[in-house]
Amino acid sequence: MKQYEYLAKQILASYGIPIPPGRVVDTPEDAEAAVREIGPAALKAQVLVGGRGKAGGIRFAQNAEEAKTLTKAMMGMDLKGYTVERLYAEGKLEIEQEIYISVTTDGNTKAPLIMASRAGGVEIEEVDDREIVRRHIDPRVGVEPYFGRELAAALGLEGTLFKEFSDLVVKLYRIYRDKDAELVEINPLAVVKGHLVAADARLNIDDSAMYRHPEIQRVDEGSVLEKKVQEIGLAYVELDGDIAVMANGAGMAMATLDAIQFFGGRPANFLDAGGGASVEPTAQALGVLVSMDPKVIFVNIFGGITRCDDVARAILQVKEGVGIPVPLVVRLVGTNEAEGVRLLAERGIAAYSEMAEAAEQAVKLAGEGR
Amino acid sequence: MAILLTRESRVIVQGMTGNQGRFHTGQMQAYGTNVVGGTSPGKGGQRIDGIPVFDTVSAAVKATGADASIVFVPAPFAKDAAFEAMENGIKLLVMIPEHIPVQDAMAIVTRARDLGVVVIGPNTFGIISPGEKTKMGIMPNHIYQSGPIGVVARSGTLSYEIAFSLTNAGLGQTTVVGMGGDPVVGQNFVSVLEEFKHDAATKAIVMVGEIGGSAEEEAAEHIKRLGKPVVAYLAGRAAPPGKRMGHAGAIIERGRGTLESKEKALTAAGATVVTMPWQVAEAVKKLV
Repeated sequence: MKQYEYLAKQILASYGIPIPPGRVVDTPEDAEAAVREIGPAALKAQVLVGGRGKAGGIRFAQNAEEAKTLTKAMMGMDLKGYTVERLYAEGKLEIEQEIYISVTTDGNTKAPLIMASRAGGVEIEEVDDREIVRRHIDPRVGVEPYFGRELAAALGLEGTLFKEFSDLVVKLYRIYRDKDAELVEINPLAVVKGHLVAADARLNIDDSAMYRHPEIQRVDEGSVLEKKVQEIGLAYVELDGDIAVMANGAGMAMATLDAIQFFGGRPANFLDAGGGASVEPTAQALGVLVSMDPKVIFVNIFGGITRCDDVARAILQVKEGVGIPVPLVVRLVGTNEAEGVRLLAERGIAAYSEMAEAAEQAVKLAGEGR
Repeated sequence: MAILLTRESRVIVQGMTGNQGRFHTGQMQAYGTNVVGGTSPGKGGQRIDGIPVFDTVSAAVKATGADASIVFVPAPFAKDAAFEAMENGIKLLVMIPEHIPVQDAMAIVTRARDLGVVVIGPNTFGIISPGEKTKMGIMPNHIYQSGPIGVVARSGTLSYEIAFSLTNAGLGQTTVVGMGGDPVVGQNFVSVLEEFKHDAATKAIVMVGEIGGSAEEEAAEHIKRLGKPVVAYLAGRAAPPGKRMGHAGAIIERGRGTLESKEKALTAAGATVVTMPWQVAEAVKKLV
């Protein structure tokens, strides 16, 4: 779960990492008051997308009047598909140098990875590999102060910055551990008047660990439909095509999108109905697909834990409830296949057993294809 | 012949009295797995379908000589269950639950390395060795058949799809391994390929991968020295870009992780790369 910048910074500050003075604002009057108090400020849109500065999501206000005008313009603006609902007014910094630092989990080595560079800032992804220092952390050992000193030395920092940076590394790793972070990143870690300050921050919490972090704010992401399906407990992503798709298992759902594209069609969504979803959630998910008003609905099930007869019952429940006003293509194999196929056949739905054939038919019914 | 899981493996089920644990214990027994016991704290002394239940792994191991365990406990208790198994001498550990915190998975996998324990998962369908008529997992029993093909996959259902298509084409399997869908899992393509390399019965290997991470790229390096033919299918051609983890993800991957990068690396290493799941069996047939 991603955290807004201002929430991430609150957590950094609670661990003693210096952040600039700032305040969350959601009206022009708020912004006016904030700038009167903290002086010239950056007004930063609080949205969960990267590259927001380049997209116009960060503006500078020299005075309170300007803050008011800018806030009026920024509130409600669309930033890469996200609506700006609040800003973070933060004291403008005279930045002398930009450093990059992050702690994340490296799935390949199965260990925490800390990365740092003196070439921080918005172009960090383009920076030459040789300018990035990478150190894996043994989770049994963790980060003791010497580790921070070694990292500071590897970056060539000296004096005050050496000390402040070493200290910050220890704190950042503590946040990563204590908060079950997938990522904690400061970019830029700014040098202002010879001292370090976290000018921007990202904190992503492991969704699976949220149950043990009641102190962390739940942040809603995604479109209305996406939230609706996620509430049912299923994984869903909107795409821009017109063939609505439901499959079981993330890999299978991906393969289904691939198959549609292979035959020249365009998938409208990614929907993983789960490894063992029962009748009710499956029916709800299908209901969501119907509400998307697609050209065709394609259900692709390989029953393992998922039982084909449950899927068939869910389909019939929706068909006889809200109705399915568009062509439906069902591919059904695996556990309790015979029963599922029979239930559907009784109501005039012929199920496919081959994925390729079914995908091709779905594309054909959508009036697309090669 | 098979890898990692054989007829000799003596299996206990941690969390055997829960719904999932009970159901899949039955399924495993029906397939032929040598399930010698189960654990469920507070329910020691009971029997389920004739299998003795113990309060602790320690007691179960002592009474049964178990050396393998499959874990069905809820995710928040999975780390505890895994450590209990490992500290009591279990050498093959299959972690079924999904939503185990990544830091817990990291702790499990790190300890496993120290103790020489093979961890399958977490968030996996498990492992099945059709030639040995034994499985530790939740996969449907009927879609597999004994034969010369090794299969290693990241995701469950998609691997069922492919295993079943192999079976239907008359291509049975030595062992099918589900590595698990989480960011940190016990196995990677390289470790499983290495096992298949040394299994005389395995004549060809099917890899089922997907976008994201760089496990496939690393496997490519290994395939060059494998000495056995590999067919790879990777899902995610049409998938939306995965969730980006700040800049860190991009810096780690540096252009790896995309489907193009993976397919290119695998092809260059000599693997046969197919673009759709139903093309796998045909490609394998040409090689064996």
